[in-house]
Amino acid sequence: MIKARITVTLKNGVLDPQGKAIEHALSGLGFGGVGQVRQGKVFDVELAESDKAKAEADLKAMCDKLLANTVIENYSVAIT
Amino acid sequence: MKSAVVLLPGLNRDRDMIAALTKISGTPPVTVWQTDTEIPDVDLITIPGGFSFGDYLRCGAIAARMPVMRAVAEKAAKGVMVIGVCNGFQILVEAGLLPGALMRNTSLKFVCRQVKLQIANANTMFTRRYQPGQIIRSPVAHHDGNYFADTETLARLEGEGQVVFRYAEGTNPNGSINDIAGIINSQGNVLGLMPHPENLIEAAHGGSDGRALFESALGIAA
Repeated sequence: MIKARITVTLKNGVLDPQGKAIEHALSGLGFGGVGQVRQGKVFDVELAESDKAKAEADLKAMCDKLLANTVIENYSVAIT
Repeated sequence: MKSAVVLLPGLNRDRDMIAALTKISGTPPVTVWQTDTEIPDVDLITIPGGFSFGDYLRCGAIAARMPVMRAVAEKAAKGVMVIGVCNGFQILVEAGLLPGALMRNTSLKFVCRQVKLQIANANTMFTRRYQPGQIIRSPVAHHDGNYFADTETLARLEGEGQVVFRYAEGTNPNGSINDIAGIINSQGNVLGLMPHPENLIEAAHGGSDGRALFESALGIAA
């Protein structure tokens, strides 16, 4: 079995109102010097597959088809 | 003119849409379920608002991958009219039938109020019963209506008259780019909008500003 972690983040230039709110909240808690905060998503996926290359291709297809909206989001796949 | 309403788990404006289509066209729409792979012969398909699949992952993302949406795409490619309202709009962009994306409102708040809309293009099959530039009222109720498109897509939408409805008079409730409230595809037969015209079609609603949208699509004289 292969375990993977998929990280989905907003593309540069796409406004992230939630990240902005978190950024302000961190400053409000007294954390000085907080720059930009961007919120993303993490998916831990288990695959019944032993071929790493095949797994990686499948995981990328999953991102393109469902897990990420490539209009506004980038993704990365890491097999752990 | 015959119409259909797409039903998905978590939608909650389906009865409003069915009532509006029935009252305006005189005939109840057919309903199609998420697992249906074929849609009967109709002139107009509507996707109502709500929270399909609990808005899990992204609003409309799961619904857009259901079998019924492949059938909607096939009909749309053949020129059948499609209207997606609110969650229906989110589903259409997630399905790739309309460009861009709908993001969290800049206020981070769910907005439920009446806004004003300008008819940005009255020369479409959905707006021909309105006057160009006309200002109408419409209810909105959403958390993720902040329309976004990249610069190139936005220029194309604006240049080709694909922006059909714009929030007017400072009533933009979600921070959408260029005050966009509703767009059509390049073929002109698929419309998505965040406001709820189906909730303002008769005196009991407090007005009928939304009625002309359905009269336009259904070819009914005002």
